[in-house]
Amino acid sequence: MNHHVLRPLYAVIGIVVVILIVRAFFVPKDFGVGERGYMYGWHRQGNEEEWKKFKIKYRGSEYCKDCHSPNYSGIKQSLHKNIQCENCHGPAADHPDAISRLPKDGKRAFCLRCHAHLSYPSSGRRRIRGFENPEKHNPGMECVTCHNPHSPKIS
Amino acid sequence: MITRRDFLRYVVIGAAGTALPLTLTGWKGARAAASKNGPRWVFLLDTYKCVGCGLCVKACKIENEIPFEANVSRTWVERYVVTKDGKVYADSPHAARDGFSGYAVSLGDKGSRIIPPSDIDKAFFVPKLCNQCENPPCVQVCPVGATYQAGDGVVLVDRKWCIGCGYCIMACPYGVRFFHPVHHVAEKCNFCYHRITKGLKPACELACPFGARHIGDINDPVDPVTRIIMSERVSILKEEYGTKPRNYYVGLSREVR
Repeated sequence: MNHHVLRPLYAVIGIVVVILIVRAFFVPKDFGVGERGYMYGWHRQGNEEEWKKFKIKYRGSEYCKDCHSPNYSGIKQSLHKNIQCENCHGPAADHPDAISRLPKDGKRAFCLRCHAHLSYPSSGRRRIRGFENPEKHNPGMECVTCHNPHSPKIS
Repeated sequence: MITRRDFLRYVVIGAAGTALPLTLTGWKGARAAASKNGPRWVFLLDTYKCVGCGLCVKACKIENEIPFEANVSRTWVERYVVTKDGKVYADSPHAARDGFSGYAVSLGDKGSRIIPPSDIDKAFFVPKLCNQCENPPCVQVCPVGATYQAGDGVVLVDRKWCIGCGYCIMACPYGVRFFHPVHHVAEKCNFCYHRITKGLKPACELACPFGARHIGDINDPVDPVTRIIMSERVSILKEEYGTKPRNYYVGLSREVR
């Protein structure tokens, strides 16, 4: 067969060889078909471990219980018992080792997330006590001035 | 010269001999599938319980390091307001990271409109997050294998492998994907994979004071979430796409898209 016929074939073979060599260096060893098959599981296995190592910030109220037991048991007896410490006090993350004080959110707007009354039929929102017109109730003052968020009833 | 009797005998023996190894491998495959008893994570969301406080969104953004000021989020809460004249309003300002604290419904770039309770037929809140579909279209379109489904059903994004082409963002019918403003790769909810694999609740479920969000393992028949999904009336989003989403909703209405 003539050379001009074979030459493109050699070129193609050369390109394929180059691609295979480059691929061997650049594609990680753990790259391949995972448990969900070729269509959904084609990935780098090590990435699953990378995601599992992602840092946990929210630790839950049980984490606070031992050091802050009066506050913990106090809120557990109040109407706010279902609210996690970290919802208002911020995520514990490395507290108390690395972070000594947590950024507390006691702003008016924060309370109004639930306590701006919205009379929405078929939503649990209408059953939460709140203000139809929050801007008319002691404007400019923070809720926590009068209401204790750990025991919100005013006697 | 071959007789008809011999010919038929050879055909039957040959067909059986060819089929036998196939049957054996089939059995092996079925065995392997049955012995794989790992979890299959699903989510149960109760729209009656959700009050639109947005504490889940706040917790999610902090837990998963999505910049708080950026207008993107792995989870969000939508408000649906159906008025007496049949109009449907839906909004989710800043993904509801600050909750809903008024009757003004955002109309996007057309400002907002106050819809008083006297005009409302029904109104409710719907939490949204990645459905971890059984047939995830976002995974099918990824040209480099950067997004994939793990064995437990969670769809993950490999940040080192993603080239940022954005195909997956376009492919997701639920709009859960976005570009991470810092890492500049595709980003999505992964049910807090770092938490659920350690036996913890996802950050959004932990933060929800009303019990509107629950993660569950559909492979575990005694899991309370599995029992609700199996025994009560639940629905899924956009069933017609055939994606087989794994987030189940209690109290979904046809207005929800």
